[in-house]
Amino acid sequence: MSENIYITEERIEGADDGPLSGTTVAVKDNISTEGVRTTCGSEMLAEYVPPYDATVVSRLKEAGATIVGKANMDEFGMGTTNETSHFGSVDNPAAPGRVPGGSSGGSAAAVAAGEADVALGSDTGGSVRCPAAFCGVVGIKPTYGLVSRYGLVAYANSLEQIGPFGETVEDAAQLLDVIAGDDDRDATTRETPLEEGETYADAATGDVDGLQIGVPTELLEGADEGVVETFWDAIAELEDRGAEYHEVSLPSVEHAVEAYYVIAMSEASSNLARFDGVRYGHSADAEGNWNETFARTREEGFGDEVKRRILLGTYALSAGYHDKYYKKAQDARAWVKQDFDEALSEADVLASPTMPVPPFELGESLDDPLQMYLADANTVPVNLADLPAISVPAGETDGLPVGLQLVGPAFGERRLIRAASALA
Amino acid sequence: MSDDAVSPEEVRHVAGLARVDLDDDEVDRFARQFADILEYFETLDEVPEVDREADLTNVMRPDEERDSLDREAALENASKAEDGYFKGPNVS
Repeated sequence: MSENIYITEERIEGADDGPLSGTTVAVKDNISTEGVRTTCGSEMLAEYVPPYDATVVSRLKEAGATIVGKANMDEFGMGTTNETSHFGSVDNPAAPGRVPGGSSGGSAAAVAAGEADVALGSDTGGSVRCPAAFCGVVGIKPTYGLVSRYGLVAYANSLEQIGPFGETVEDAAQLLDVIAGDDDRDATTRETPLEEGETYADAATGDVDGLQIGVPTELLEGADEGVVETFWDAIAELEDRGAEYHEVSLPSVEHAVEAYYVIAMSEASSNLARFDGVRYGHSADAEGNWNETFARTREEGFGDEVKRRILLGTYALSAGYHDKYYKKAQDARAWVKQDFDEALSEADVLASPTMPVPPFELGESLDDPLQMYLADANTVPVNLADLPAISVPAGETDGLPVGLQLVGPAFGERRLIRAASALA
Repeated sequence: MSDDAVSPEEVRHVAGLARVDLDDDEVDRFARQFADILEYFETLDEVPEVDREADLTNVMRPDEERDSLDREAALENASKAEDGYFKGPNVS
């Protein structure tokens, strides 16, 4: 396969019968699959074979799905282009020569290329929505707590959720129906708000009559002109079908990127401390004591971006800097939540371009990490606020896919699915 | 910005805390990149103090025995094991 979509191609058959029987699923390679290696796109876990399934994988199997492969990804989910993968970059099936977006690039590319009907990714700061936008497919970032993270290899656990990809909103929603709901192995989960007989998939009616859309002006500033034009065309289409829009302001989002990166890096520095080469993962052939051996193992096993984030997170939490960075970032997080709550009290959903730019050319932007971080401006606020969001194809600019992001209130997935299904 | 620039010594110190060896090239490159990134993080100074209303409840499970991984499965991915235990490097 020329696109390098999968790190491991292996068929895992589910139950004979179920709502997903006959459906093929690509699973991001940071989601544990019993007996099938789960690398997180890292040399550190290149040989790691989990002894258990993630809850979402158990649910896929029970629903009769066939898993067709473990999808390529940025190393430990840390990237916006899929290019930090130890296993090489992925070509974008919808825009050859361009990146598929990250970090769940392989998952989105699998659906775009028709290699799988649907896919699972994980979204810590946009890692489902960005590749959905770049590959011209649908991706859902569920409300924090809707989907179990048991068996998801942690990067920044206060921010991340597993989410589905599909070619249509209904396909993605059908996969959400299978994975959503409480799990006694993840204490942050809770039951879905679905009424008896209701599903997420049956909300995909395309009915947007009377829908109030808020457009945060801050999320249009600085975006590529072609992207903004395509965004407004999609809003006009929703207006034609009975929706109305008004502009809203979210002043806090000006600080969302720095708050997100401080929190995510801090959590990463702690979560990735477990990789010491003793219980699992790469182990350096090094002489010396405990600390010296760990430091060599981690030098060899982690790539540049992962080292960068671990070090910056360690710095942000270290003596004398905690209040300056981490505490302020938590203030910013609370501020972002308040802003969203306020904007959503006067609108049903909030709309913006998912990514402020069209997909980058492969290799275009690896050297400047800060520029990469800034590309996440429209997606990270949603993770800080724990809210659900969906990215749906809005159209193209110069032949390149553009995604429209809709954000809703906590556990308001059905509302997002209904609105987004008017477009795909 | 020279006051806020990150020195190679600071990068080495943090790398030591995080238990990640770096070669000299990596130290120099990270020092340059960290200066840019941390300067950008400085804008958090403009964020006001915000009341955080955490609407959280503890979730506890009954304290009852239940199945866990058996020892053999738990040791399968270890680089070294001995007598049913993980074997790590010398502590000192």
